[in-house]
Amino acid sequence: MKALVAVKRVVDYNVKVRAKADGSDVELNNVKMAINPFCEIAVEEAVRLKEAGTVSEVVVVSVGEKSSQEQIRTALALGADRGIHVEVEGRPEPLEIAKLLKGVVDKEQPQLVILGKQSIDGDNNQTGQMLGALANMGQGTFASEIKVDGDSLQVIREVDGGLQTLKLTLPAIVTTDLRLNEPRYASLPNIMKAKKKPLEVTNPAELGVEVKSHVTQLGVAPPPERAAGIKVEDVAQLVDKLKNEAKVIS
Amino acid sequence: MTALTETQLMVVATAEALAQRFGPEYWREHDENEAYPEAFINALCESGFFGVTVPEALGGSGQGLSDLVLVMEALCRGGGGGGPALGYLFGLLGTMTLVHAAESEHQQDELKALAAGERLCAFALSEPDAGTNSFNISTTAIEREDDFIINGAKWFITNLQHSQRLLLVTQTQRAGSTESCGLSLFLVNLPNEALTFTPTPKHGFNYYKSNQLFIDDLVVPKSALIGELGKGFASLAPTLNAERLLVAAGAVGTARLALRAAVTYAKDRVVFRAPIGSHQAIQHPLAGAHAKLEAAWLMIAEAAALDDAGTNPERAAGMANMAKYVAVEAAIETCYQSLQTYGGAGYAREYHQERWWREVQLFRLAPLTQQMTLNFIGQHVLGLPKSY
Ligand SMILES: Cc1cc2nc3c(=O)[nH]c(=O)nc-3n(C[C@H](O)[C@H](O)[C@H](O)COP(=O)(O)OP(=O)(O)OC[C@H]3O[C@@H](n4cnc5c(N)ncnc54)[C@H](O)[C@@H]3O)c2cc1C
Ligand SMILES: Cc1cc2nc3c(=O)[nH]c(=O)nc-3n(C[C@H](O)[C@H](O)[C@H](O)COP(=O)(O)OP(=O)(O)OC[C@H]3O[C@@H](n4cnc5c(N)ncnc54)[C@H](O)[C@@H]3O)c2cc1C
Repeated sequence: MKALVAVKRVVDYNVKVRAKADGSDVELNNVKMAINPFCEIAVEEAVRLKEAGTVSEVVVVSVGEKSSQEQIRTALALGADRGIHVEVEGRPEPLEIAKLLKGVVDKEQPQLVILGKQSIDGDNNQTGQMLGALANMGQGTFASEIKVDGDSLQVIREVDGGLQTLKLTLPAIVTTDLRLNEPRYASLPNIMKAKKKPLEVTNPAELGVEVKSHVTQLGVAPPPERAAGIKVEDVAQLVDKLKNEAKVIS
Repeated sequence: MTALTETQLMVVATAEALAQRFGPEYWREHDENEAYPEAFINALCESGFFGVTVPEALGGSGQGLSDLVLVMEALCRGGGGGGPALGYLFGLLGTMTLVHAAESEHQQDELKALAAGERLCAFALSEPDAGTNSFNISTTAIEREDDFIINGAKWFITNLQHSQRLLLVTQTQRAGSTESCGLSLFLVNLPNEALTFTPTPKHGFNYYKSNQLFIDDLVVPKSALIGELGKGFASLAPTLNAERLLVAAGAVGTARLALRAAVTYAKDRVVFRAPIGSHQAIQHPLAGAHAKLEAAWLMIAEAAALDDAGTNPERAAGMANMAKYVAVEAAIETCYQSLQTYGGAGYAREYHQERWWREVQLFRLAPLTQQMTLNFIGQHVLGLPKSY
């Protein structure tokens, strides 16, 4: 059984994100980039399934600029078998990524597609669901546990107020939540081996997908700085301010 | 400095991720409790950190000194401070010696196990009467028909408690002779009944024990001899630059961590009207320290690249000694100023500065003193006459 895992290049989660001086975008110059943490969990899960003998090949795909190949290599160092880079300029939105991934799914015919539930740059939480619809596959989102059982997949989902267990028919789509697993580090010998693993580069035209943006980003601004607090005289004044200035109680 | 390769970026990312998992609090607790950082060392072993320079065919990563210094710097800067440095450095020396000197299949197997992190190897050279002057050691191996018998004493031998092998440096006497024919290296199994040791209480790095070691009638088979009989120094020579640059990279990493903490503190802490980082009495020393660390790091990278290229050994050795000297001076100054930035808090354990200060002191003493790097620069780079 073949597993396809999508990984995205994002600003490293340790970096404090800043807006560019002209407010046009997030500052990406000289900023450390990494695999989106949820995608890392997706890679880990696929590699564990391979180690358990359930999955025979782990293919990792990234849609993005040329630099995304760094993240594909990292995924290969974590244990994936080969990589596919769908090269696009700029930053495509979730629907475009989902369409491109659909193109890869058509070509690769995986039984299982694993994605992060969201990426920490746009926080959209859409790509997996959109891919599910486009590829006409069942989906188990926010997975905290998955188990392959013959030609079906059991997914335990983290939902408000508890856990939900789903049974999906394969091929299916899973998006990962934080508690699915704790990803390993790439060991140094595996980093060396990753250099020799195949990485195929393709593009929207080759996949027969037209990339068209529907959203325009107008600007990026940091949240307002927190102003200094004040000391209130008594409870009555506090209630008054909450009611009439902050307007949080009525 | 040229940009890092994709592989190097991944190696650094792995080292940083590992270092972050074992952050300053981990090391503070272990230092206070004098507890061995077992989980950290195990993680190093499992991720292949002891095999960086071991050929891929033997399970290592087949990389050079340029990669090794990146790893050491990232482990220290990423959260470990000095903590990782001593264990990693003295854990690597034996392995790196074997990379150059292992010959028989048995010795290659030993190297495989070390590269895979299945075993750790300690390193015993220093003696009470021979630290700086290694040729003066008196521990002696006497050749016999089928084996060697070794007697003597060492001191400051680090991590015998948790190592399964020991690379032991001795004088050697050929069978029938009472004259030394030079130094020889032996790979010895630990624990070993003929070896007894007691830790020497010390100033810092209380995670690792450095021991006084007594060697009484230790019998080892001929296969334990590493390299040629009496040519032990030649087997150690290829690791000399590495030893200097590992210390230098550890010093820079430790100092960068201390500096980053101090900068954060100085932005935040207001004593009079403005953050203390706005006072030039705080800002300039930190800025100067940063500049010196950057300069030192460039020298380390250059020295490592020269060593990897192997085309100009004299210049590589000179640069390694200069980089070690400059890096350690810069690191000590940085840790001094970082501690000062914290005021009284600098003296409190919970802020880590006092620990990093204690740790950075080791780098001017071991495995090589600052004076010996100056001797090297004076004699071999400047061509001044030798006095000793
Ligand atoms: C924490 C710790 C861990 C260690 N771990 C190990 C280990 O695992 N294995 C191991 O083999 N060793 C280990 N060592 C020993 C270390 O390598 C030695 O301490 C170091 O080489 C210095 O030798 P020494 O202490 O004998 O100093 P000495 O040789 O006694 O030197 C004393 C002083 O005189 C100076 N000096 C000596 N000769 C000259 C000269 N010609 N010109 C100018 N100055 C000179 C030195 O620079 C130094 O300042 C460790 C040491 C420490 C502190
Ligand atoms: C072991 C120990 C015992 C102590 N015992 C006592 C005790 O018994 N009783 C007691 O009252 N106190 C005690 N102290 C507190 C000690 O007096 C203070 O730590 C000391 O006065 C420094 O103040 P601080 O720690 O708040 O540093 P901070 O005021 O936070 O200063 C931080 C740094 O900023 C620098 N700085 C601040 N303002 C300026 C400026 N305008 N220009 C340039 N640089 C500036 C400082 O020099 C320092 O380097 C003790 C401290 C220690 C460590």
